[in-house]
Amino acid sequence: MTELPDTTKRKLGLVIDLDTCVGCHACVISCKGWNTENYGAPLSDQSPYGADPSGTFLNRVHSYEVQPKEGAAQLIHFPKSCLHCEDAPCVTVCPTGASYKRVEDGIVLVNESDCIGCGLCAWACPYGAREMDAAAGVMKKCTLCVDRIYNDTLPEEDRVPACVRSCPAGARHFGDLGDPDSAVSKLVVERGGIDLMPEQGTKPVNKYLPPRPKDRITETAPRLTPVAQDIGGFLGWLDRTLERLPGGDS
Amino acid sequence: MHPAKSVIAFTTLSGLGFGLLIWLGLGAPAVTGRSAFAFFTIAYLLATGGLIASAFHLGHPERGLKAFTQWRTSWLSREGWAALLALGVMAAYGAGLVFLDTRWALLGWLGAGLSLGTVVTTAMIYTQLKSVPRWHMALTPALFLCLSLAGGALLAGQTRWAVPLLILAGGLQIAHWRRGDGALARSGTTLATATGLTGGSLRAFEPPHTGPNYLLREMVHVVGRRHATKLRVIALALMSVVPVVLLLAPFSHALAALAVLSHLTGVLTARWLFFAEAEHVVGFYYGAR
Amino acid sequence: MSHRQPDLNLSPKVSDEVRKTTCYMCACRCGINVHMKRGADGTQQVAYIEGNRDHPVNKGVLCAKGSAGIMQVNAPSRLRAPLKRVGPRGSGQFEEISWDEALEIATGWLKPLREKAPEKLAFFTGRDQSQSFTGWWAQKFGTPNYAAHGGFCSVNMATAGIYTMGGSFWEFGQPDWDYTKLFILFGVAEDHDSNPIKMGIGKIKARGARVIGVNPVRSGYNAVADDWVSITPGTDGLFILSLIHVLMTAGKIDLEYLARYTNAPCLVAEAPGTPEHGLLLRGADGKTLVIDRASGALTPFDQPGVRPDLSATHTRDGILYRPVLHLMAERYLSSDYAPETVAERCGIPADKIRAVAGEIARVAFDEAFELDRQWTDFRGETHPTMVGRPVSFHAMRGISAHANGFQTARALHVLQILLGTVEVPGGFRFKPPYPKPAEIHPKPHFNVTPGAPLDGPHLGFVQGPEDLALKVDGSPARIDKAFTWENPMSAHGLMHMVISNAHAGDPYKIDTLFMYMANMAWNSSMNTRSVMEMLTDTDESGTYVIPHIIYSDAYSSEMVAYADLILPDTTYLERHDCISLLDRPICEADALADAIRWPVIAPDRDVRGFQSVLIDLGVRLGLPGFVDESGAAVYADYADYIVNHERKPGIGPLAGWRGEGGNKTGRGTPNPGQMARYIENGGFFVSHIPKAASYYKPWNAAYQNWAVESGLYDSPQPYLFQLYVEPLRKFQRAAEGHGEHQPPEHLRDRLKTVMDPLPIWYETDQQGNAGFTVNALTQRPMAMYHSWGSQNAWLRQLHGHNPLYVPTRLMREHGLRDGDWAKVTSPHGEITVPVREMAALNDATVWTWNAIGKRKGAWALKGDAPEATRGFLLNHLIHELLPPKGDGLRWANSDPITGQAAWFDLKVKIEKAIPPDESQPAFAPLTSPVGQGPDHLEWKVGK
Ligand SMILES: Nc1nc2c(c(=O)[nH]1)N[C@H]1C(S)=C(S)[C@@H](COP(=O)(O)OP(=O)(O)OC[C@H]3O[C@@H](n4cnc5c(=O)[nH]c(N)nc54)[C@H](O)[C@@H]3O)O[C@H]1N2
Ligand SMILES: Nc1nc2c(c(=O)[nH]1)N[C@H]1C(S)=C(S)[C@@H](COP(=O)(O)OP(=O)(O)OC[C@H]3O[C@@H](n4cnc5c(=O)[nH]c(N)nc54)[C@H](O)[C@@H]3O)O[C@H]1N2
Ligand code: SF4
Ligand code: SF4
Ligand code: SF4
Ligand code: SF4
Ligand code: SF4
Ligand SMILES: [Mo]
Repeated sequence: MTELPDTTKRKLGLVIDLDTCVGCHACVISCKGWNTENYGAPLSDQSPYGADPSGTFLNRVHSYEVQPKEGAAQLIHFPKSCLHCEDAPCVTVCPTGASYKRVEDGIVLVNESDCIGCGLCAWACPYGAREMDAAAGVMKKCTLCVDRIYNDTLPEEDRVPACVRSCPAGARHFGDLGDPDSAVSKLVVERGGIDLMPEQGTKPVNKYLPPRPKDRITETAPRLTPVAQDIGGFLGWLDRTLERLPGGDS
Repeated sequence: MHPAKSVIAFTTLSGLGFGLLIWLGLGAPAVTGRSAFAFFTIAYLLATGGLIASAFHLGHPERGLKAFTQWRTSWLSREGWAALLALGVMAAYGAGLVFLDTRWALLGWLGAGLSLGTVVTTAMIYTQLKSVPRWHMALTPALFLCLSLAGGALLAGQTRWAVPLLILAGGLQIAHWRRGDGALARSGTTLATATGLTGGSLRAFEPPHTGPNYLLREMVHVVGRRHATKLRVIALALMSVVPVVLLLAPFSHALAALAVLSHLTGVLTARWLFFAEAEHVVGFYYGAR
Repeated sequence: MSHRQPDLNLSPKVSDEVRKTTCYMCACRCGINVHMKRGADGTQQVAYIEGNRDHPVNKGVLCAKGSAGIMQVNAPSRLRAPLKRVGPRGSGQFEEISWDEALEIATGWLKPLREKAPEKLAFFTGRDQSQSFTGWWAQKFGTPNYAAHGGFCSVNMATAGIYTMGGSFWEFGQPDWDYTKLFILFGVAEDHDSNPIKMGIGKIKARGARVIGVNPVRSGYNAVADDWVSITPGTDGLFILSLIHVLMTAGKIDLEYLARYTNAPCLVAEAPGTPEHGLLLRGADGKTLVIDRASGALTPFDQPGVRPDLSATHTRDGILYRPVLHLMAERYLSSDYAPETVAERCGIPADKIRAVAGEIARVAFDEAFELDRQWTDFRGETHPTMVGRPVSFHAMRGISAHANGFQTARALHVLQILLGTVEVPGGFRFKPPYPKPAEIHPKPHFNVTPGAPLDGPHLGFVQGPEDLALKVDGSPARIDKAFTWENPMSAHGLMHMVISNAHAGDPYKIDTLFMYMANMAWNSSMNTRSVMEMLTDTDESGTYVIPHIIYSDAYSSEMVAYADLILPDTTYLERHDCISLLDRPICEADALADAIRWPVIAPDRDVRGFQSVLIDLGVRLGLPGFVDESGAAVYADYADYIVNHERKPGIGPLAGWRGEGGNKTGRGTPNPGQMARYIENGGFFVSHIPKAASYYKPWNAAYQNWAVESGLYDSPQPYLFQLYVEPLRKFQRAAEGHGEHQPPEHLRDRLKTVMDPLPIWYETDQQGNAGFTVNALTQRPMAMYHSWGSQNAWLRQLHGHNPLYVPTRLMREHGLRDGDWAKVTSPHGEITVPVREMAALNDATVWTWNAIGKRKGAWALKGDAPEATRGFLLNHLIHELLPPKGDGLRWANSDPITGQAAWFDLKVKIEKAIPPDESQPAFAPLTSPVGQGPDHLEWKVGK
């Protein structure tokens, strides 16, 4: 149903730490693996061994350079999947009701058997979080691993999205962003988590933790005071110091 | 945005078709019998041809009926209803004209209104998209509507209306381009808001995959500036200037047909540009503008 | 309005069965859960792969390659049956033959060699994880010509670590992720410990600890580093020695630690011109002596109660003996190492060097802490706590793949030791079987007896010139010239020299080149074009200069085309493997651990696990150890070997569940149920190091005893860290003319310079590089493993081609923009490739991803695959020899101490080029022995 629910009971989503993401693509491929075998049609690949290999992915890792006025440029790895927006334009544009936002947790999903593959929802999403599968002709998007997070055939600790479970750097966090006391909400407060494209009015649930300030060492580190300039001075210092150590002569 | 042939054809042809239906619904020209049949055939071919063309664009056309369910929120769904109702009402109205030589004026007005509505809903599908600032403005439905009315008038042989409408459409088109050119900048979305990164000048370094992908194919189409300017001039000339000149010349069927052809080609070109020049904000993520 | 939404099955069954084994998309060896589902044909198929949470290496996480394993196992490039060459070498034309025929052919070539001249077989393996087995096979065959890929990989790292502190970075140690507060990373893009490093960085960042990245390129780990030192390639040694200079001048060194655990107090003879000069003072039993601070007497270093004096000197027989620390102060206090002196050469402002030194000292000393753990050292002294110095370092090929890499890696170890941060809480920690003093490693063995095994293991650690692998006439005993005066400490052999030496017949000709899992005709060679020529070159009579080439690969790689006989291997999910303590195990700093692989699926092709094939060959050749007295096979296959082989009584490939009942760890008789126990346990075994033994391992009596019990040592082996490496001095001494083993004249000067027993920095050989001012590097992409990733339908979408990344300054200077092409020239060759701007890059350096470029026709890819049309190899620009110097000799592009291939010494110049049709050079397409992959992929096992 493409009307958005007035409110959702929870706001499940991801918090992605741009200070820690090393750009390894582990989340990209574990997502591909899980979602190829699970929810809906497999994520297909075209020309997989040919000139223009191109497939459906629900999560992709970009990278950006920041050049400050002074000092060295910085590189930021930037994973991006569906942000499960509260005001999800992808949902309201859908003519068939295939796209919907779940009342119980706010997850935005596509019901593939209702999808006519018109592509409009992908146009409506400002973030590029939806991809039409070329083989199945239906719209694919991050499911927040809805078939994992409540899956009682999985051990409790595994009921997290595939990308979160696999991220080696621990740069992806999953939880209820609607609950101010949840670990993710606290992390967002503590690290100044932000929304992407706030001006688009989508109210994304997923949050990004900005990189910490970099290249401050010449401002913050102490400079050492010499105790010796040459070997003679050093040996003098050595003798004086050794005497003060346990077992020293004095 | 990717200028998909099916969508360009759909919007252009159905715009013309519903435009013609508007005029027919208003009783201009006041045709009946065989000539009504001819006019209605043209209108229906254009309108439904466009709809069929749009189905090529779907991954699952066989589920098309589902698209009627979400009229409360979805402009695409509304468009489906509007088109269906317009075509239904106009069919009844047309049947009266063709077979009974009767003009049910009220029905005609209703059909014209629904046809107009169809054009508006089509335009709203694009207009509603905040993610494509070039489309996200009131000028978009105005332009679509005006083009539809102008093209319809042209087909309906309503030269009196066609000339000013073509001129107005040309003006709206120019306005749409001019406002459109600044729309992305005005939208406030930038690579910085897209990534939240601060602290210096920002540059997209590497795309996530070296291979192509759906988003790039569909949403990140870059037209060369020089190329675009040339096409704009051509589109405007063919769409408005040439037909107006031809219509102002002493009437001949050949010239009228040429005017229609020119207009159609012009609108197709403009529509190509409408898509090709439209910057989706997702392009920021890929370093495109 | 009521909201309607579909009812979802939120608990779909994930799989029918989970089989736990070990990943092999790289050498990190993470534990994986392979989810199996019944496929359309009714068989159990691999449906999904995830990390194993219980596994000591990855604790559940998995990298991109690991998750993409499913596409590796299904890759259309998999070889299907043994192949016999039918076209000319290098064409890729083969016919499929039976295993019997293949093994008969191999036996037919090898048997006569073994009987008459075993050295005519050169057996070299790539990055496999069965070197203790393949080496044993080669030993039983009797050839001295065996090594794996370590020589071109990171032997500088391994040897510098082992000679200095009895263990190295690589995957043999790790920062103390739990306690470290400052982590400094030199020259690492990915490493073998890939997931653990990522987990570690994530862990310390979550704690607010800081990371400094020293690397010309700021990507990956360096991108998340809090501070970036954009060093000029090849100058790390100078930078590190400058840090040492600043720290020593400020007295910021850990004197307690130096006195107790290192040879800083050991005494060096000062007698220039005599054979004694520079040797350590030793007692009659050979133990190094120190001066006891309490008594002032000369005392063996390990005497209970001794307090080694860092300052006092000693005179004997007219020779002055000075402690190592004096020599160090003398050298490193010199203004040659002052930040202001080195700043320009290193490309790092002097103030930044001082800031880094200041930060290191602050964290090491001001943030020192104590763990409430009592421990007893090897001298019998009990310490109530463990003192932590929370600064840790890690480094890899960025410092080691230079011709000054050994000394640079040494410098880094000396820096950590001066700070007292090795094997202490918060510092760098060894993983079993390390620590292990250099002396207890084997020495190289090379004595050949036709028809009989070699006299011992091939590779080892020389302690002086007498241990070199030289024949009586002084010529190299090994085809790769390992352990010669040219590269005395080449502990891993020199795989990168095998083909060129065999081709040149220098030092002698060989008959059969047998290679396993190394793409030597492409990305693992320098000078790729010439290597292809050497492999196909014929003599006057038209026979190949290298007469026979046997190769085992699992996939249709470039190298396959250059062999005469292909022994197709299984994929990693289809075979038994063992990741053994005898080899490169999966231990953690807190635990001993090893692992297996087992066939979680059966091969659907006529392929066999290579190790089982070697066993079969061993039997056919009648090699001792492989057959008993009656000539019957000792091991049925590799699985049988893994369980039943004993290297020493009670010690075999696997440490877990030994002994009849499976209740012994490390030592114990073979247990027939061992493999089943491993499988049941998820494919691995872990035994935790007792808490009191967890730090100070080289000196900690509890650790030493535990290591003996666990079979790591035969007896406790406490030792001192070697700030001063005496074996190096012994080579210098020989070069000075002392001793019976004398180097050739042309090497004397070089040996005198580079074999310095204290770390030095020297400029790598720049002869012939005039005008080539740009450093050119490669990095490993985290989502690709060398050449294998390109056959993987998912991974190749991430890295289907590789631009040359060019710093902003050079882009501007050469009028380049993204998407332009540039001609890149080195003194040796030329390539034309696409470029992309990168600002976060040292401005005299360009780089690209390693091994993305592919030869057309390989890997079952279509001929127009981007890997072949836009991708490229930097290797075409790198030569295994330096440009001629005009002295009539060709010098190797290698570290003069270890022979480590100096991949990263490459200097180039670039200029804008007219875009060619495809990247240059382009080579003729290979015929694919496996055809090409399909045009569509929709992989789903379940319905
Ligand atoms: N320019 C440049 N060149 C470099 C380097 C660099 O940094 N820069 N690095 C160097 C280093 S350190 C290394 S280690 C080398 C690596 O170079 P290689 O060891 O040659 O690299 P791979 O591409 O991994 O090739 C190994 C071969 O093993 C095969 N293989 C994969 N799995 C199996 C299996 O299960 N069984 C068998 N039998 N074969 C298998 C693959 O198909 C492939 O042909 O490259 C070196 N080359
Ligand atoms: N994903 C993946 N993992 C792998 C491999 C793989 O192919 N893919 N290969 C495995 C193998 S065989 C190996 S040997 C390891 C190697 O692992 P790494 O040691 O991480 O090897 P490289 O990727 O060659 O990275 C070398 C780094 O050193 C930097 N560098 C180059 N020159 C200098 C210098 O002079 N100073 C400093 N400070 N830095 C410098 C380069 O910019 C680069 O970041 O990785 C292993 N792990
Ligand atoms: S990120 Fe895009 S697809 Fe996801 S909810 Fe928001 S608008 Fe919809
Ligand atoms: S593609 Fe499918 S989900 Fe998206 S708007 Fe169209 S019908 Fe809805
Ligand atoms: S939550 Fe699941 S579907 Fe979404 S990006 Fe992560 S793995 Fe993919
Ligand atoms: S797995 Fe984690 S570290 Fe790797 S790219 Fe994804 S978010 Fe970044
Ligand atoms: S690091 Fe990745 S490829 Fe390597 S063993 Fe671990 S999961 Fe496999
Ligand atoms: Mo390597």
